[in-house]
Amino acid sequence: MISIEQVNKWYGDFQVLTDCNAQISKGEVVVVCGPSGSGKSTLIKCVNALEPFQSGKIIVDGISVGDPATDLPKLRSRIGMVFQNFELFPHLSITENLMLAQQRVLGRSADEARDTGLKLLDRVGLKAQAAKHPGQLSGGQQQRVAIARALAMNPIAMLFDEPTSALDPEMVNEVLDVMTELAKEGMTMMCVTHEMGFARRVANRVIFMDQGHIEEDCSADEFFNSPRGERAQHFLSKILHH
Amino acid sequence: MDFSNIIPALPSMMDGLWLTLKLTTLAIIGGIAIGTLLALARLSNNKILSSLAGFYVNYFRSIPLLLVITWFYFMVPFIIGWITGTNQPIGALTSCLIAFMLFEAAYFCEIVRAGIQSISKGQINAAYALGMNYRQAMQLIVLPQAFRKMMPLLMQQSIILFQDTSLVYAVGLMDFLNTARSRGDIVGQPHEFLIFAGLIYFVISFGASTGVTYLKKRFSV
Repeated sequence: MISIEQVNKWYGDFQVLTDCNAQISKGEVVVVCGPSGSGKSTLIKCVNALEPFQSGKIIVDGISVGDPATDLPKLRSRIGMVFQNFELFPHLSITENLMLAQQRVLGRSADEARDTGLKLLDRVGLKAQAAKHPGQLSGGQQQRVAIARALAMNPIAMLFDEPTSALDPEMVNEVLDVMTELAKEGMTMMCVTHEMGFARRVANRVIFMDQGHIEEDCSADEFFNSPRGERAQHFLSKILHH
Repeated sequence: MDFSNIIPALPSMMDGLWLTLKLTTLAIIGGIAIGTLLALARLSNNKILSSLAGFYVNYFRSIPLLLVITWFYFMVPFIIGWITGTNQPIGALTSCLIAFMLFEAAYFCEIVRAGIQSISKGQINAAYALGMNYRQAMQLIVLPQAFRKMMPLLMQQSIILFQDTSLVYAVGLMDFLNTARSRGDIVGQPHEFLIFAGLIYFVISFGASTGVTYLKKRFSV
């Protein structure tokens, strides 16, 4: 479904991604982790071309992301993305947030867009908030709306860029629960996250990055129980021991 | 002081006020429209486009409005005649309107540009991630938020524009101030008429800014 081949990216002279390779199959849940500044958010943003890369190839559902001839808006409309800071549109109500891209990008009618949106809002447990504006919701609620908004486009895969990092601790689980449910239903997911509990329970695979390199790419069990690399061991010892 | 002579002059002053308000409204609409396009051009990745827009803005902000008004009064008919091959006068009102739109666009551009820049990159990314193209992201996500934030500044500039329209006396247009002054001269009471005109300018400007403050409070979420 998502294939990353020998991807390199520089910001000026600074190399952020070095020879990154990874394959994500349909229905797989892959957690990308690593210390801050390791390039994991950059990598996930390369997958839907929010960040350009200079060399290598990323293929999503048979379409090359870096190809200048690719219809990027169309490709992006098929990949859901959830951001660290939610990025709901503050000038629109929750319902309008859910409807806008369905109508303008997919060309759905207002009725159809509203039905789909409200159904998904119900699914993330927020049907009562439909008429409110994003600013009136808690962070956890906003992130659940953001997930519903992405799902309303019927994506073939979902990208999560640190979806719980900006949340107060008591709100982390409500978002992780929605993500866990989504994973169980067979959604293809690529998640940048520090939630190792989620990774252990839900992920099929873990990709560990450090300084722009993919250091480990193995099953979740293997990663947590017997990480091969020194850096992964060091990272795990720091993140798990408190 | 004797204000009684103002009453018979009111109908012609109303005509003048109408011209002032018409000029203001059209110049605001045109100025914001052109200014927004200029702002998008200035922020564009296309170096040529952004430096052309930058040159435009800096040029118009560096010359006095009075010069632009008179310059356009003489130049616009000439240019139109040169393009179309006919020699038809377009009138002071049209040339002033074009002058105001193009001049104010430079100021509106800087306001809108700051507004666009105040919207986080994350909002644009979210719009793109949902499959929107550049035009949709700007039109549906960035500009509506930018205009909300910039409303006080846009309004302030519009009020300045309203007052600046009095400069059209230079090309002989009978706007509100020019009418008031000439009617005052006719009856030999320029002071009363100018005081009256000042009062009307104050009421409109102050009323507009108060109205905006009220609207802002009501519509801000």
